[in-house]
Amino acid sequence: MDTLNPEELSSPVIDINAEEVKQELLEKYPTKVARKRAKQIVVNAIDLEGVVPEIQSNVRTTPGLIGQRGCTYAGCKGVVLGPTRDIVNITHGPIGCGFYSWLTRRNQTKPKGPEDHNFMMYCFSTDMQEEQIVFGGEKKLKQAIQEAYDLFQPKAIGIFATCPVGLIGDDVHAVAREMKEKLGDCNVFGFSCEGYKGVSQSAGHHIANNGVFTHIVGLDDKVREGKYKINMLGEYNIGGDAFEIERLFEDCGITLISTFSGNSSYDNFANSHTADLNLIMCHRSINYVAEMMETKFGIPWIKVNFIGAEATAKSLRKIAAYFEDPELTEKVEEVIAREMPAVEKVREEVKARCRGKVAMLFVGGSRAHHYQELFREIGMETIAAGYEFAHRDDYEGRRVLPGLKVDADSRNIEELHVEPDPGRFRPRLSPDQIARLEQGDLKLSEYQGMMPEMKSGSLVIDDISQFETEKLIEIFRPDIIGAGIKEKYVIQKSGVPLKQLHSYDYSGPYAGFKGAINFYREIDRMVNSKVWKYLKAPWQEHPELAAKYVWE
Amino acid sequence: MKRKSEPYVSTTNACKLCKPLGACLAFRGIEGAVPFLHGSQGCATYMRRYIISHFREPMDIASSSLGEKNAVYGGGANLKQGLHNVMTKYGARLIGVATTCLTETIGDDVPMIVRKFRQEKKGRERGPEIVTVSTPSYAGTHMEGFHAAVKAVVEQLARAGAATEAVNLLPGFVSPADIRYLREIFRDFEIPGIILPDFADTLDGQAQVDYEKIPAGGTPLEAIKRMGASRATVELGRTLFSQETAGQVLVERFDVPLHRLGTPIGLRETDAFFQILEQISGRPAPEPHAGERGRLLDAYVDGHKYIFGQKAVVYGEEDLVVGLTAFLAEIGVRPVLCASGGGSGRLAAAIAAVTGGLLPEPPVVREGMDFYEISEELEALEPDLLIGHSKGYHLARKRGIPLIRVGFPIHDRFGGQRILHLGYRGAQSLLDRIVNAILEKKQEDSRVGYGYL
Ligand code: SF4
Ligand code: SF4
Repeated sequence: MDTLNPEELSSPVIDINAEEVKQELLEKYPTKVARKRAKQIVVNAIDLEGVVPEIQSNVRTTPGLIGQRGCTYAGCKGVVLGPTRDIVNITHGPIGCGFYSWLTRRNQTKPKGPEDHNFMMYCFSTDMQEEQIVFGGEKKLKQAIQEAYDLFQPKAIGIFATCPVGLIGDDVHAVAREMKEKLGDCNVFGFSCEGYKGVSQSAGHHIANNGVFTHIVGLDDKVREGKYKINMLGEYNIGGDAFEIERLFEDCGITLISTFSGNSSYDNFANSHTADLNLIMCHRSINYVAEMMETKFGIPWIKVNFIGAEATAKSLRKIAAYFEDPELTEKVEEVIAREMPAVEKVREEVKARCRGKVAMLFVGGSRAHHYQELFREIGMETIAAGYEFAHRDDYEGRRVLPGLKVDADSRNIEELHVEPDPGRFRPRLSPDQIARLEQGDLKLSEYQGMMPEMKSGSLVIDDISQFETEKLIEIFRPDIIGAGIKEKYVIQKSGVPLKQLHSYDYSGPYAGFKGAINFYREIDRMVNSKVWKYLKAPWQEHPELAAKYVWE
Repeated sequence: MKRKSEPYVSTTNACKLCKPLGACLAFRGIEGAVPFLHGSQGCATYMRRYIISHFREPMDIASSSLGEKNAVYGGGANLKQGLHNVMTKYGARLIGVATTCLTETIGDDVPMIVRKFRQEKKGRERGPEIVTVSTPSYAGTHMEGFHAAVKAVVEQLARAGAATEAVNLLPGFVSPADIRYLREIFRDFEIPGIILPDFADTLDGQAQVDYEKIPAGGTPLEAIKRMGASRATVELGRTLFSQETAGQVLVERFDVPLHRLGTPIGLRETDAFFQILEQISGRPAPEPHAGERGRLLDAYVDGHKYIFGQKAVVYGEEDLVVGLTAFLAEIGVRPVLCASGGGSGRLAAAIAAVTGGLLPEPPVVREGMDFYEISEELEALEPDLLIGHSKGYHLARKRGIPLIRVGFPIHDRFGGQRILHLGYRGAQSLLDRIVNAILEKKQEDSRVGYGYL
């Protein structure tokens, strides 16, 4: 069920000729575009060492090709910082950028009590006007910060730069420093996340990681009670996913110090360096924080995936393996045994109706990978997949990292130089332990990427364009596509159901055991819906009737 | 909630969207058009997702996807490459290029870049029309963007020609259902109409067997070109009066007589609209519409006892707010606050004009409002209901009062694109919804739970 065995992986995908399909996708493009896209559309092939072909990714989208990507600001403010409830996030710029990122991601949060701040409902903006564009906006920004402080007394204020800010020369960091000093009891920090900076939201993730690490992580050394202390990285609590995962941790006796950043708070971030293990869900958006925490504080990280019941069980077991404590192992097994029967019951029922159907997933920087597990559990195969903003390591695995070229766009984004903290660096594992763990199944600091877990002969497409999506539908007519709201109605117009994997079509959770059940049911409803049969009216299906209409 | 005496510097929970979004909506209402944003791709992505969540329809917006280098050295090359790609792959008949804050700030001369692009392409292929409009969001809201795009289309495409019987109708930003209804009215008057923009089909389309990249529908390009030869233009929206609008361009360039009217919401504004159509067509209002008017009046009488004296807060786009306020005043609801994120400077005068004589006390009228400020005003006003788009939901929830959803964006209810606001029929449906919302609230709050109300 879980990961495919090598034999399965090398067995060909349903009878498609992926090479031919690739040619068909490229055919219509002007030569220059075709040449570029050819490197981003790859037929998967896994060799005996598990090495997969190279795929070009994290490169600029061709102008005029309508795609899925957002901007650096979206990745920084919307994705990484957005889900934290008690930081006041001020967008410095004209109104649109802030408005469009106002609660659109459906990240949920649960304040601890009535005293606990929750600014999730708010969208703060400096609403730049012509005057600021011409004469500079720092003054207005300072006033906005003061205003937010006076009204809400937050612990922290984040400032997010949008495209015009860099161009008119406003220095958000200088303003932040000045206001932090002035306010005294409020941490103020800026993010130079102008939308044009990177090639996608990915650049924004990196900038956000740097900011959170520099300005918040490590501010509070208080050590919390708890035996198995972890942080959960790259989980944003869409549709309540984090709640379900938190439930499982609690039942297993695992202490969650901080999540980055679903259902999280400023204090959790500040204290997160006291954890003993970092778990990474979405590798793309958050691996920088994990690496920096490892270097500075000595916290190891492992890749986990709570999407899929089997994947969830496996991830819990990984945590237990890391802590090497039979008590935890026992608890984890108990929880899995308790949860699985309900999952299996629904899974078998749904599988009977979904087996053999095919899916395509074009989404995000980790979900195109994670969700393949869920589909596999109900017997559905993913024949084509790709990310919107991931890098080569998310496709091919971190083994490619040393050889990655740094292009002009990546060079824009600062790489922080981090060193072990003289007082607080504490290796969590002895060399012996590390050796022992690696002997077993547990890979520290490792992510294998999506492609090694997809069948040979399947299609991998980076930064897919609308045009290519339509072509693929024409060729394959998959039973379902997982993507986002921008693709939803285009695809459904063609009679193929689309599952939104950013916002979950306003339902969820899909993580953990309960989430898996939700997802099975949802996919069953979608791929077995009868509505598509009615696309043709009776008179369109019976030509003798249609013949009467001139417009036919 | 804390309050401050001076006006706020920052905007918290805005009641407006950004300028190019309006332009994209307007372009989407033209046959074969693909909206195109000159800027970095984030803006296009954000606007697409916003528009899609309201209309539940595909909404393609191309982008020139500028990066840091272009932000420094100019985005001309990207714009040209993007135009070329949209031309070759989407078969666009018109590309509507709107600028964004980024390209406005760096000062790209878009009309010049497009001129060059045309020259380079000349002779090789008959390309699509390209219309350009300047839409910096740091000056104006989505409504200014909408009207600017409509004006740009007319300026750049309409020509003189042998006079036709057609009447140009510039409805402003109304719903697809409204546009369909306007078409019906014109048809019943037997007036050949050119409605610009017309996204009744492009933003509320049918399920299809085969997907078309560019949805069918929209104002035909040929018709737009003939707008200079029409016998009249009807332009809706009181805050547009005396402004340099598309209607005004048609007057100045082609002497097409212009009738400027309020957005026809409620009885009196609709009467004025029908009157103009009667005048233009030389015939009385066709029977179905006269009948609808009669039934509406009847409903005004029947509904009065339920809603009389109820206090309402109306917010949203300025012209929508004006129309709704006119309507509320005539059904006996007391608008206590009329708020908009827009800042035309003409809202107060327009509200005064449509409520004159009907209200014992004029409502508070505020431009440039955000929801934080609206929320503060609510404390003292204690309204019974809110009328506006989805963004007011939290206020309604906090106060435990109904929200009548109208306008854009609506992302917490189904069918926002099919809400009818205009005309006798729109007034009827708004009235039914308002009365029922009040009844529902009454029933829910009642300890007895009466079944007859
Ligand atoms: S930069 Fe301007 S155009 Fe782009 S989203 Fe922000 S406000 Fe709108
Ligand atoms: S690309 Fe720039 S202007 Fe557009 S939404 Fe992103 S930050 Fe705002």
